[in-house]
Amino acid sequence: MASPGVDGAARAEARKGLTLLSPPLLYALLLLLAPLGMVVVYSFLTDGYLVVEWDFTLENYIEAWTKPMFQVLMMRSLLVSFLVTLATVALAYPIAYYVSFHVEPSKKSLWLFLITIPFWTSYVIRVFLWRVILGTDGVLNTGLMGIGLIDEPITFLLYNINAVVITLAHAYAPFAILPIFVVLERIDRSLLEAGQDLGESRFTTWVRVTLPLSVPGICAAVLIVFIPTIGDFVTPELVGGPGGLLIANVIQTQYLSIGNYPLGSAVAISAMLIVGLCSLLFLWLNRKYLRVGR
Amino acid sequence: MKGTGFRIYAWFYLLFLYAPILLLPLFAFNDSVIVSFPLTGFTTEWFGQLLNNTSLHNAAINSLIIAVTTSVVSTTLGICAARASTRYNFPFKAPAMGLIMLPLVLPEIILAVSLLVVLLAIGLPLSIFSVILGHVLVCTPFAIAILTSAFQSLDKSLEEAAIDLGETEASTFRLIVLPLVMPGIISSLLISFTISLDEFIISFFLSGTEPTLPVYIFGQFRFPESVPVILALGTVLVIVSIALLAVAEYYRRRGLARLGAQGTGGFH
Repeated sequence: MASPGVDGAARAEARKGLTLLSPPLLYALLLLLAPLGMVVVYSFLTDGYLVVEWDFTLENYIEAWTKPMFQVLMMRSLLVSFLVTLATVALAYPIAYYVSFHVEPSKKSLWLFLITIPFWTSYVIRVFLWRVILGTDGVLNTGLMGIGLIDEPITFLLYNINAVVITLAHAYAPFAILPIFVVLERIDRSLLEAGQDLGESRFTTWVRVTLPLSVPGICAAVLIVFIPTIGDFVTPELVGGPGGLLIANVIQTQYLSIGNYPLGSAVAISAMLIVGLCSLLFLWLNRKYLRVGR
Repeated sequence: MKGTGFRIYAWFYLLFLYAPILLLPLFAFNDSVIVSFPLTGFTTEWFGQLLNNTSLHNAAINSLIIAVTTSVVSTTLGICAARASTRYNFPFKAPAMGLIMLPLVLPEIILAVSLLVVLLAIGLPLSIFSVILGHVLVCTPFAIAILTSAFQSLDKSLEEAAIDLGETEASTFRLIVLPLVMPGIISSLLISFTISLDEFIISFFLSGTEPTLPVYIFGQFRFPESVPVILALGTVLVIVSIALLAVAEYYRRRGLARLGAQGTGGFH
């Protein structure tokens, strides 16, 4: 048992900590948790044409899960998020590896800074610029035709899923690089030397030592790209064309154009649930099949 | 040579990352309404048009008010959270911090619709104020991440020495802690400002009839003839953002150097 003095000190510390944390915590409770709860409640209410009626119903969820258009868009959203995550993480890993293992320590911050800059700058304009780049008479086509590489404009790159994937993979690149970099930095370099001293080649050392040790970073990168991409409606609207609309466009339309908040809420909650379940499944598979000794 | 392949790949990757940003000034100074190669001639007309566009100026003023308020409020909240989590132990610390950091991984559209629902239920009209409420939610986790690394590298014995020498806890915080973490605070202010300035989704849902710059820009995409002006505006915004981030990075590194931390990029 702790003496009363120690106990009192711990309690005083707890009080100080909680007092200090209370402003941001209250803010999060009032403007994050309560509103999220409100959306959950709304998703069970009835839409009374621009007003919300307090009749509890499952109608919204039934519509969100059975209407073919919603099903198609949801599946397409999952596919796009999956492809974006795959492309982003696969392209990001070598960069994180390069910066961590081949860049001089004094220049690492500069590289990370260079990688993060595009991410912070004018999201809407960046998405729009991809439309300008990928279009039929856009920068890429006119440029390639100008130097004689192609005769006909490439058309499969705009107003479809490809364009959405390219644009999103570009937008989320730094999100994937940073967590992988952090994990690679923590790897004890003597482990790699030991591997090579024991006769492994540089590649097999990577496969048997570095890769397993970087799994936590890859997992973080996957989740941090996969979850937010489901909520992007600007990219599909600007570069996706009619065949590239996603579930977030439905949420946006239900809320801002049609004004059916209960249905919009049910679609939003369903999308979050599906994405959450996919993430949990991913983590569970990881733990089951890629058990890495700590 | 070790890592040559990686280096070539890295440069191509940077080219991919910077392609849109590099094209921005190229076409902002191009003498044609149509954005395509070959370039037709040099002009500063599009930048000139930025100067006498009232609705654009209003959007810019809205954005500035929102960004300044957001950066101050979220940095203040960030200081409380970072100090509490690095200095004290208390019950429910992990779930409380988890909740505060949650917006980092939640899709922004979810934050936007949940705030929209609440504001409409209370009957609060959409305005600059509602956008600020949303932006603070998004910026606070970033502020906490930056400030936590600043507070973490503080040597606790400095504070203890000050208390032993007769300072109160409040004066110790003011005289010892605050100056040492000041670079982190400046960095957090600048980063929050930049995030708020560029944020679109929450502004789009919550700004009502008072658009921010990104919302104004999004509205202009419908008019092909206004594209060059938007590219000119984009050039200005990108330059401002990069300048702010460079200053923020300078302060962040100076802060870490002052606290004697090793320069590992500061992401530990």
